[in-house]
Amino acid sequence: MPFPTDYKYTKEHEWIKADGNNATVGITSYAQESLGDIVFVDLPKPGIEITSGKTFGSVESVKAVSDLYAPVSGTVTEVNGELATAPEKINKDAHSAWMIKITLKDPAQLNSLLSAADYGKFVAEEGGK
Amino acid sequence: MTRKATRHVNQNEGLIFEKSSSGKAAWKLPPLDVPEVDTAALLGTAERKDLGNMPEVSEIEIIRHFTRLSTWNYAIDLGMYPLGSCTMKYNPRVNELVVRLEGLANGHPYQPERISQGALRIIKTLSECLIEITGMDAITLQPAAGAHGELTGLLMVRAYHESKGDPRKKILIPDSAHGTNPATAAMVGYAVENLKSNAQGMVDVAALASQMKEDVAALMLTNPNTLGVFEQEIHKIAEIMHAKGGLLYMDGANMNALVGKVRPGDFGVDVMHLNLHKTFSTPHGGGGPGSGPVAVKRKLESFLPTPVPITKPDGTLGFDYDRPQSVGRVRAFYGNFGMFVRALAYILANGPDGLRQTTEDAVLNANYIRKGLEDVYDLPYATPSMHEVVFSDKLQAKKGVKTMDIAKRLIDYGFHPYTTAFPLIVPGALMIEPTESEPKEELDLFVEAMKSIAEEVEEDPQMVLDAPHSTRVSRLDETAAARKPILRWKPGS
Amino acid sequence: MLQAMGARSIDDLFSPIPAEYRLERDLKVPRQMAESEIVDWFRERSRENGDSYATFLGAGAYYHYRPVIIDSLISRGEFLTAYTPYQAEISQGTLQAIFEFQTMICELTGMEVANASMYDGSTAAAEAVMMAVRLTGRRSVIIARSVHPEYREVLATYAHHQNLPLSTTAFKDNGRLNLEDLEKSITADTACVLIQSPNFFGTIEDAAAIAEIVHKNGAMLVVSIAEAVSLGIVEPPRQADVIAMEAQSFGVPLGFGGPYCGVIATREKFVRQMPGRLAGQTTDRNGKRGFVLTLATREQHIRREKATSNICTNQALVALMVNIFITIYGKVGLKELAKQNLAKTAYAAAQFGKHAKVLFPGSPRFNEFVVQTSENPYAINSRILGHKIVGGLPLKKFYPELGNAALWCCTELTTRSAIDTVVGLAAESERSVRSAKEEVEVAQ
Repeated sequence: MPFPTDYKYTKEHEWIKADGNNATVGITSYAQESLGDIVFVDLPKPGIEITSGKTFGSVESVKAVSDLYAPVSGTVTEVNGELATAPEKINKDAHSAWMIKITLKDPAQLNSLLSAADYGKFVAEEGGK
Repeated sequence: MTRKATRHVNQNEGLIFEKSSSGKAAWKLPPLDVPEVDTAALLGTAERKDLGNMPEVSEIEIIRHFTRLSTWNYAIDLGMYPLGSCTMKYNPRVNELVVRLEGLANGHPYQPERISQGALRIIKTLSECLIEITGMDAITLQPAAGAHGELTGLLMVRAYHESKGDPRKKILIPDSAHGTNPATAAMVGYAVENLKSNAQGMVDVAALASQMKEDVAALMLTNPNTLGVFEQEIHKIAEIMHAKGGLLYMDGANMNALVGKVRPGDFGVDVMHLNLHKTFSTPHGGGGPGSGPVAVKRKLESFLPTPVPITKPDGTLGFDYDRPQSVGRVRAFYGNFGMFVRALAYILANGPDGLRQTTEDAVLNANYIRKGLEDVYDLPYATPSMHEVVFSDKLQAKKGVKTMDIAKRLIDYGFHPYTTAFPLIVPGALMIEPTESEPKEELDLFVEAMKSIAEEVEEDPQMVLDAPHSTRVSRLDETAAARKPILRWKPGS
Repeated sequence: MLQAMGARSIDDLFSPIPAEYRLERDLKVPRQMAESEIVDWFRERSRENGDSYATFLGAGAYYHYRPVIIDSLISRGEFLTAYTPYQAEISQGTLQAIFEFQTMICELTGMEVANASMYDGSTAAAEAVMMAVRLTGRRSVIIARSVHPEYREVLATYAHHQNLPLSTTAFKDNGRLNLEDLEKSITADTACVLIQSPNFFGTIEDAAAIAEIVHKNGAMLVVSIAEAVSLGIVEPPRQADVIAMEAQSFGVPLGFGGPYCGVIATREKFVRQMPGRLAGQTTDRNGKRGFVLTLATREQHIRREKATSNICTNQALVALMVNIFITIYGKVGLKELAKQNLAKTAYAAAQFGKHAKVLFPGSPRFNEFVVQTSENPYAINSRILGHKIVGGLPLKKFYPELGNAALWCCTELTTRSAIDTVVGLAAESERSVRSAKEEVEVAQ
């Protein structure tokens, strides 16, 4: 499955799209498929600081909960309110169903994330198990 | 092939509110023998004016309502529940009679000790039996269920370490453990550290040795573990824990494999909980009540919840409230006394021979099923099973059929599903525990059914994927129920 | 069977157990009994347990009449011996009953959502407080001293290891919470205030006034209800954020303390932080209405250490008793039942008041009241016991400042003649204490 090439990715299946000092974060189509029907998303409020590698929320399906891990450090500026009433948007199109928008603390952190190609490889190896 | 179940007409029944109408009644109070009161004068603004949408129905409608509802349930009285680690054994009816004897059913927990000797004697006798069965030194019957017992046990673990000057920080929990274990550890303020299982599905003793440090308060173990396998290195496990001042906690969910054959206290356990609603035959009642006594070794006795039953110098029974080191109370009153009565009746109905035989039959039945199905379903671990056996859906998954699908198809054969997708260390698990109650005929029907389903997976997988076909309702939309929860009836709906 | 398995004997199957641990002797438990012997044994225990005594005890466990059909219905094997309704297709009976239970609890308490039962009122209160702590993110709790003393003990046990400071607020001479005290002790770190209404003394609290103080400080109001029958005639605390109930009064036998039936009810917006099982309505593949356990991700079997609580088993069978009881009495009967309780209690309090001191006048009460006598209530109760009546609960061990006080409860089952008997004995007691004093005074 194609992963947008202008996004960066983490091994915990989050994507991040940077735009100067701002970025948008969500989970990948691979993640939503493993989770199944998403029923609830627990996201932080604007103003909260998130730290690279630490959890910032969770996403729930009927039978499972998965933590969301911050791909980089930053401060939350906006939260996608649509997901509160329509979490299924993530299942429909995970790459456009953004979760949070942040200002970046250190844009250089983006360089250690995976490219679309690398993430695609990583997922292929995982899925083959 | 003999069929265990067949389609049968059952009655439809709406919600009770849908049958309600003003003026119907199912109650009658005797006339007042004291003066009537003016509610408004007595209560003022505290008076309730409106009872909203509470139903009004007649007695026959209530009888029919609940009787019809009951016919939609599966139950032990209808057939086997092969649920692993649930120990769904027969619920003896004599238990239901004795618990309703007036002095026991209507005893108030605060009535004077002078007229509570009956209840106290039941508590004492049950306590002594459970201590003997577990090989421990003391016990509390206060916790209301297994998870509650775990909480109580860990509170005592913490109190013990605090009394030694350092509560410590972590609890080690095997990755095969039941979900209540880590949830409980967190409630008591401990961090949870995962202990990986080895290739045989048992505790990796080398890993334990390296992870056991002086900041670990205890290891929470289930033995036999959730694969139904006895931890053969339990001696080493206990030694490793005790050498660094840690405690060994045992989750007693699988006691049905041990009663009368081996005692946890003898193999190094310091604290453990029991599930009276599993091992000791008290009824599941659709999800509870249970009862989760916690048995301890002498070194933890002073931390038991208050009050503790005692025999007074004059020989009468009572409660001791003077327990300065106690962890306190985990609930009001003394525990689920109604379950004590039932559990004790079960123990008396069995005696030493019966209890031993129960365990032997439980293990026999599980192994009989293992033998019957090991050529048809994947057995992830070769280690011998005790009272339950765990298969996986590996062979069937090749055809796109998973454990949940097989479980749903089993319903069409007249059985309740086994435990699916647990323990977590076996992907696609089928966890089966028949218990000693099952006659060979029922076991044979179960084995036949499972074999037949395996054949269907090969020849007609869609049949299995769309199961169940024979129930009142087909598979229910759990996603919608979680996205837009409807948790009560509303008028006009 | 052994042959089919290729084993020679049962012992082969137990070989995984190291020999040093295998029990080679019989368990030292009583010998096996026949059914008739079991029944006899327990009959003896029943006789030793005050069977056929009348009671004036309440204090969190209430003696109400249990209509016969409750046991007829819950004794059906399909309810009694059914498992937790995880497999919804074959558990619709249990699930629909739970859904109806949740609905009726909402109607009775004025809350928007209710769970399918907790262990009991005391643990429900503790869990409700934990819920408020999670929701507010604050770290201290205020408890009214008029909350059941054993409930407070349970809360202390739960809070101790969560590092949650607990403080108590006093009650006034009218039995109600001291609002000035509350104003002074509530801070920006208070997660919630826990009260009980009717409180331990039977007095009905002014929940609206308390809620105002609590809410303007950004905290939550948790109300514990121990005597569920009060809901038939007493307005529920609709301003509460969470209600933690004990539903034992609704058809659950006293049973020497358990099993009982706790329930948590709250507002919809808090549902994801509410512990305990929940039954939800949904549809099957053919659009037919059905019920399932839902929002399971709050629970231990999925969240493990991040669960809202560790609760697994609930009190399903007991909740079914409650369900049937409420259905039997219904909209009209629940009110009449509560009124009878009120009437019996008002009569008893008035009669006691002629001879001894009834505490906490000036506030509305439901079916309990406190009587202060000159003589030690234990001594009076001893005499009352001779009439096969159990007197009110002496309060010295819980509230020493109330002196010779005892908590009396009257329900619809309390007879006028029992009331007159105990009042007569109390009156006698007061007279003899008075005349003993007079003798002493005369002698001096």
